[in-house]
Amino acid sequence: MMSATTPKIPSQFTLPQDQSKASFVSTPAAPAKITVSDLDFYYGRSQALFQITLSIPERIVMALIGPSGCGKSTFLRTLNRMNDVIPATRVEGQVTIDGNDIYDPGTDVVDLRRRVGMVFQKSNPFPKSIFDNVAYGLRINRVTKSKTELADRVEQALKDAALWSEAKDRLHQSALGLSGGQQQRLCIARALAIRPEVILMDEPASALDPIATSKIEELIVDLKQQYTIVIVTHNMQQAARVSDTTAFFLLGKLIEVNPTEKIFTAPDQKVTEDYITGRFG
Amino acid sequence: MNVTEELRLKSKLPRGDRHRRVTSAAMTAFTAACTLFAVGVLLVILAYIAWQGIGSVSLRFLLDSPRPVGEGGGIGNAILGSIVLLLLSSSAGMPLGISVGVYLSEFGRGRFASLLRFVVDTLTGIPSIVTGVFVYTIVVLPLKHFSALAGGIALALIMIPIVARTTEEMIKLVPQSLREGALALGAPQWRVTLGVVIPAAASGIATGAMLAVARVSGETAPLLFTAFGSRFFSHYLDQPIASLTVQIYSYAISPYDEWHAQAWAATLVLMTLILGINIAVRFFTRKKF
Ligand SMILES: Nc1ncnc2c1ncn2[C@@H]1O[C@H](COP(=O)(O)OP(=O)(O)OP(=O)(O)O)[C@@H](O)[C@H]1O
Ligand SMILES: [Mg+2]
Repeated sequence: MMSATTPKIPSQFTLPQDQSKASFVSTPAAPAKITVSDLDFYYGRSQALFQITLSIPERIVMALIGPSGCGKSTFLRTLNRMNDVIPATRVEGQVTIDGNDIYDPGTDVVDLRRRVGMVFQKSNPFPKSIFDNVAYGLRINRVTKSKTELADRVEQALKDAALWSEAKDRLHQSALGLSGGQQQRLCIARALAIRPEVILMDEPASALDPIATSKIEELIVDLKQQYTIVIVTHNMQQAARVSDTTAFFLLGKLIEVNPTEKIFTAPDQKVTEDYITGRFG
Repeated sequence: MNVTEELRLKSKLPRGDRHRRVTSAAMTAFTAACTLFAVGVLLVILAYIAWQGIGSVSLRFLLDSPRPVGEGGGIGNAILGSIVLLLLSSSAGMPLGISVGVYLSEFGRGRFASLLRFVVDTLTGIPSIVTGVFVYTIVVLPLKHFSALAGGIALALIMIPIVARTTEEMIKLVPQSLREGALALGAPQWRVTLGVVIPAAASGIATGAMLAVARVSGETAPLLFTAFGSRFFSHYLDQPIASLTVQIYSYAISPYDEWHAQAWAATLVLMTLILGINIAVRFFTRKKF
């Protein structure tokens, strides 16, 4: 049906029949978890984001797409105030989560980051054991009451991130001994372990093989039951497979945000269509 | 003809190739020769000290305190004194130095931090005898006598800037992404520093601390003004205390051959002590992950 109405979109971008649709239908009714209004962002003098206005409903997967350097990571990092740690940066505009302005001076940034987890573009495991990496957030936030509970949570997180079978025999060995893709999954496990409300993922599958990628994608679709997820991806098929809504960024501006199905079949903007069909970018 | 083509053609010429090999071999030989020379001089010194000193080293020499010329005697009190002085200075100098280094690297932005960095750099350059005279003025004179405590303070003052600067450099090497990773999990800044950044830099920090210990364990001048020296085992920190370096100094300038021999032996002991500290610190701070 979709490909019939829009023959120019290659068929691999169309949604698989089995997933996402049913849940998508229900999402527009969901209340907004995150709202962003008139957000400008500056690295020193150079402006990286221009007047971003966007709302992200609860329990939804939103994909951020756009060419390299268009501000996807910057935008993602404004949502948990991770840009605060970069000197000389400046934010204007408003970001609210559950109705609270996260840039309000009264906001507890530590608590914000606990609730809004993040998987970074470059994997960054701590130079500690695999177990201690995943347990770090749990210990910091005193989530677990006993050692067995801690071990259970670590195991669950590693299973969710599709790393358990490879890691279970070497939990107490250095995380730096893992392969690049394994380290990426470890960082996903680490973020999942503390069960944040929102998960920001910056290209979580960029170093993964197709099997691990599909496991992570399944996980994302699963996680949507409980969490709000924002994922940056350069992989159009991936965006189409996992997300309900897609936002297209270009040169620091939000060009279009629409249901994924619409973005990939009948985008409002010509430039979105050009990007998706690979005519540039 | 464009540049790449030119390069390609040049590289095909056998003369250019030979030239490159010869240069490479010459440079390798030169650096190897420099290394050999530097290490060789060091080895000669070590061997000479061992050769001169080993004859006078005995269990009695290591345990006894000094005796008048002709009666033998040993350096037991000086060994113990040096260890006490190092423990005193390390217990003050390391926490302070590491704290300053952590502050400078993790929190030190703006005017105050650059001023502090400048002060630390200046302190590193102060001759140790000046530190000795300074401590003499502010500790020894008011208390009216030389003491182990004053010696420990003088050595600690020498340690602090060395430890602070190496700590700062080591912590700066910890990638920013690690800090972000911890912050993103809801860790407060101080826990990121204590739980992630410092452990990641631990072996480097320990190396810096060890260098500082090695450096102050060779100090003599500041101790002459502070711990002064003693020919007995001392039991109190507010009394003068012996140290290997001061003992070596006073025996070396004495007119007696027996004491000269003992000075060589004490030097050998001091070097072994420093080597022992080095190995121990390396062992305890070796990279686990
Ligand atoms: N720390 C920084 N300091 C200064 N400028 C920065 C910094 N980080 C990013 N930028 C700039 O901001 C713009 C947006 O960068 P950003 O990393 O958000 O892009 P991106 O969309 O995530 O790209 P990619 O797909 O390559 O990851 C770029 O022009 C980049 O050069
Ligand atoms: Mg990016």
